Amino acid sequence: MHPERRTFIRKRALIPAIYIIFLMLPIYWLVTMSFKTTNEILGGFTPWPVNFTLANYVKIFTDSTWYSGYINSLTFVIANTILSVVVALPAAYAFSRYRFLGDKHLFFWLLTNRMAPPAVFALPFLQLYSAVGLFDTPWAVALAHTLFNVPLAVWILEGFMSGVPKELDETAYVDGYPFWRFFLKIFIPTIAAGIGVACFFCFMFSWVELLLAKTLTSVAAKPIVATMTRTASTSGYELGLLAAAGTLTIVPGAFVIYFVRNYIAKGFALGRV
Amino acid sequence: MTLELRQVTKSVGGSVHIHETNLTLEEGTFNVLLGTTLAGKTTLMQLMAGLDKPSSGEIRFRDRNVTGVAVQKRNVSMVYQQFINYPHLTVYENIASPLRVIGMDGVKIKERVGKVAELLRLTPMLQRKPAELSGGQQQRTAIARALVKDSDIILLDEPLANLDYKLREELRDELPRLFHDRHCIVAYATTEPAEALLFGGNTATLHEGRVTQFGPTAEIYRQPADLLSAQVFSDPPINTAPVTKANGRIQLDDGTSWPTPPAMANAPDGPYTLAIRAHHITPFPQNGSAVNVDGRVLVTELSGSESVLHFDRGGRTWISQSHGIHPYEVGRTAKLYVDVDRSFLFGQDGRLVGGVSGGRV
Repeated sequence: MHPERRTFIRKRALIPAIYIIFLMLPIYWLVTMSFKTTNEILGGFTPWPVNFTLANYVKIFTDSTWYSGYINSLTFVIANTILSVVVALPAAYAFSRYRFLGDKHLFFWLLTNRMAPPAVFALPFLQLYSAVGLFDTPWAVALAHTLFNVPLAVWILEGFMSGVPKELDETAYVDGYPFWRFFLKIFIPTIAAGIGVACFFCFMFSWVELLLAKTLTSVAAKPIVATMTRTASTSGYELGLLAAAGTLTIVPGAFVIYFVRNYIAKGFALGRV
Repeated sequence: MTLELRQVTKSVGGSVHIHETNLTLEEGTFNVLLGTTLAGKTTLMQLMAGLDKPSSGEIRFRDRNVTGVAVQKRNVSMVYQQFINYPHLTVYENIASPLRVIGMDGVKIKERVGKVAELLRLTPMLQRKPAELSGGQQQRTAIARALVKDSDIILLDEPLANLDYKLREELRDELPRLFHDRHCIVAYATTEPAEALLFGGNTATLHEGRVTQFGPTAEIYRQPADLLSAQVFSDPPINTAPVTKANGRIQLDDGTSWPTPPAMANAPDGPYTLAIRAHHITPFPQNGSAVNVDGRVLVTELSGSESVLHFDRGGRTWISQSHGIHPYEVGRTAKLYVDVDRSFLFGQDGRLVGGVSGGRV
């Protein structure tokens, strides 16, 4: 290759490299902090752990005030994901297959629910759930998050469903499938990719949402994001511990992304997501 | 055993999709629904299948009113223009699905699927998924699924339209054989007059949601009841021109005239519409009574064995189709002959008043 051309390519590769370093830096910093002691973190600038320690992780996995946060979070996140997608499936089917009075307005109205900041709903939810005895349970958060996740799931699924020709439905009816049997045995497997994408987005929203999760719980169902906002305790600053908790919080999201990455690409191709 | 549509209409949100239709399809017949896109072929099929309810009228099967009966209980099969298969199931399971629904036992299913797969040459593909098949094989799978159960009615909605030329020819030859010894009613929708002629059987010509004529295919081709049926059942489009019949002669508006052919002799004098199929206008006279019509050449389409010539005649575009290659220069005047014995004469109301009967068309 011509030397000039080679330097050009090297120069061009520099830009994305810088961009990626820029993106990864905070994550790197978080991970290195998690292996440092709090004293080292506060003591001065060290680009990597001088006194490498796993104590922060040990603490999280042994102290129930920490690890129960993960369990609580996963409980309401999974409950919310299942609830949202199960409710959204028939709704999305109706929007994609039937024309009815005000269907487009209803679809838009559903989406507007997502546009409201969660803070708007914090107070009414708190009051309502306290009244019916749901306060400080994983269900409180799971139900509250459906307000945002059901519209999102309906929107994503509707896109995938509209990509399936309605002749598929008709063929199944002609073959003799009653509606629900067709829906469960033929239609749901056909849009499996869409369900994967919808689950992913519901999971991620519910996992990172802080305000409602924090407001609607106190002790028994406290989610990890709420635990992490506690920067100081009786033993002073615990920055290393917080960094370890943060690192662990990224892990489930990374896992889920790894599994649905192909589906998400498909979702982009279909014009949704 | 018949399927009968009695005064069936269908309108959606104020626009009429099917005007009042009466149609009776007999057991063991092959019925072609011929019409352009949006003529109402698919709507009519959906009404026949029970996928859609008519706005008014009655659908009867074996002398029983089935208008409100759900499609699942009608024992019909349908094949669409798009290749519709269940993407997550293997070809075997796709074909077996109508039998699985009725709870047939596995051994019997295996036997039936094996038989129909053999018939459609799908045996080596049975364990594949539809996405791994060619378009022709995908459509074969859909046809196999339609044939695997003993349906009373099989509806084929332009099943060959999305296939490439070669595969279309191949499947077109196979189709009649597939239905040969079945006692079902077959309805086949197509936009191509050539397909209707090839399949024979009966043809219903459709135009803008109306069945203009229904009967044996050859009869409709030879003796279209009205101008619309003739236009639907003609490719290239049938040539038309206003004419006057007087004193035993037929005269075009440009003055060209010829003695009234015997088949039109009974029509009273007056204004009519003359219709001539493209292959009855040729560069050479086809018989002694051929009439010379010249025109300015607009477009020539030469395919391997025939020439299609669009020419202008007094502001009206006519089309000639003839065997052999006849190179014409665009803009020049071409000498052409109309076989007037094989032309049709339609009254002002569009009804056929005279024209070819029997013989070669």
